[in-house]
Amino acid sequence: MSEAEVLLRGLEITRRWGGLIALNKVSLALERRSVHAVIGPNGAGKSTLINILSGEIDPSGGKIELMGQDVTAWAQPRRARAGLGRSYQRNTIYPSFSVFENCRLAAQMRVPRPWMFWQDAQRCSVSGLAAREAAARAGLAGMLERTAGLLSHGQKRQLEIAMCLATNPAVLLLDEPLAGMGAEETERMLALLAELKAEHAILLVEHDMDAVFRIADRITVMVNGAVIASGTPDFVRGNAAVRTAYLGEAGDEH
Amino acid sequence: MKHQRIIFVTLAFVALALFPLVAGKYGIDLITKIMIFAVFALSLELLVGGTGLVCFGQAAFLGIGAYAAVRLSPQDGSASLLWLLPACMLAAALYALLVGVLSLRTSGVYFIMVTLAFAQMAYYVAHDTPLGGGTDGIYMTAKPVLGAVLDLDQPLVLYGFTLACLLGTFAFLALLLRSRFGRALAGIRVNEQRMRATGFSTFNYKLAAFVISGGIAGLAGFLFAVKDGYVNPELISWHVSGNVLIMIILGGIGHLRGAIVGAFAFALLQELFKSEAVFGDFAKHWQLGLGITIIASVALLPRGLVGVPQQLAQRLLGRAGAQDGAVAGEVDDE
Repeated sequence: MSEAEVLLRGLEITRRWGGLIALNKVSLALERRSVHAVIGPNGAGKSTLINILSGEIDPSGGKIELMGQDVTAWAQPRRARAGLGRSYQRNTIYPSFSVFENCRLAAQMRVPRPWMFWQDAQRCSVSGLAAREAAARAGLAGMLERTAGLLSHGQKRQLEIAMCLATNPAVLLLDEPLAGMGAEETERMLALLAELKAEHAILLVEHDMDAVFRIADRITVMVNGAVIASGTPDFVRGNAAVRTAYLGEAGDEH
Repeated sequence: MKHQRIIFVTLAFVALALFPLVAGKYGIDLITKIMIFAVFALSLELLVGGTGLVCFGQAAFLGIGAYAAVRLSPQDGSASLLWLLPACMLAAALYALLVGVLSLRTSGVYFIMVTLAFAQMAYYVAHDTPLGGGTDGIYMTAKPVLGAVLDLDQPLVLYGFTLACLLGTFAFLALLLRSRFGRALAGIRVNEQRMRATGFSTFNYKLAAFVISGGIAGLAGFLFAVKDGYVNPELISWHVSGNVLIMIILGGIGHLRGAIVGAFAFALLQELFKSEAVFGDFAKHWQLGLGITIIASVALLPRGLVGVPQQLAQRLLGRAGAQDGAVAGEVDDE
């Protein structure tokens, strides 16, 4: 394989909240066709990292590059339009809309045309098609007319992913997509992630270690806002610092 | 449900169109005034129900439209509707642009206060500067015309013109809300964070909604100035901003027809409680009666007057039906 294509790069990202350092010079690179997992105990700064990469909050220092372009100063919507999609740890959907409309509204970003006020959004073929496709990929094909707020927890997580896919992003930042899912739902989500890997660069923040070690190509371990190790699953599994700080001294998980 | 809504709205407009056949001078004047209020309420519904922005300074845009109509009219003859009406809407929309740029960076209660503050500024400009003519207000020497076709000095012509404006505003907003722009506004109302993460520059969308809303309020202001031939600072007072909020709450937020129903209900209740024939001496205290009625209706009709048929249906169908109804109601909203 030729040199891997880096789609998103974070360089020495730092975030301070007053005197507290939430992120301390965190660097990482997301490559196409790879799942890069970020693990670490609660409070390690994983969600802050996703928020900074996606543009939801500004970094105190460092640089973010999207497909080779410096996007540090770009507002979140602009980064999203450039191909950066994210999901949220807590469901962030439009609960009163149908599943279809949740996805369609996300896909509408491809054809915003807000001035064409006489056109019925429901008949927008581009966004409608993309919405159906995204919902189908996320396993929600039969539920398009359901009210999103009434879905089961697992289905809402799938909808999060579907909404993300509907915008056709190159990079996916997924914040605990498996949180609160049952075994069967987890399997389905992992299969979906494996499939998405073919076209996307995926950043996966996840607490489910079995899932992470199964699907990740690279793992970055964070503790107290800093990266303590980064490498292949085997490297991380064997890393002494990781074992001490995170996996537990006894290494009882593996 | 959808067919019932269309039938209701069609019948309402047909009734308004036929009303002059049976009404006297007082009735024509009253319904003209209420229809202007309905246009004004529709402008606010776009912000509150359509976008989730509770604007407490809508009177500023109404007032600026009205003052512009008087100030821009020539002293010696009638202005042409063709340029005066767009000019008034533009003036109001421009002020909305200014207010929007500065206020839309805030949210929640701060947004409410900032919009109120900008309306109060407009109020004091009208109240205390030569531009506004002070407390006494200013008169419009001659009402605008459209060649020989329309003379808005004729009550019936003004009635018809106002009805056309109401219908036009309603149709425009109905189209707007189902368009991609309107759906984006709905998305902002429900979950602005997700809209931004999806790639929508929500500030621009909200600002556009604000400017459109201001322009429509300016249209209502123009109609007020033409109807009364006179403007005074009370048009911009915060009571007016409050009343129009009550209208859309009374009618039912989230529905365009709610703004119209609410404007009618509010104004007719006001007339009722002011009527000495009905309430005798208590008519002096009409605000008390109106206030109690509004509190009662908000408590008893959480979805406003347009939600009454659904509420009745649920009452009749029992609890199981009510739960289904609540779900259907949410979907129906969208």
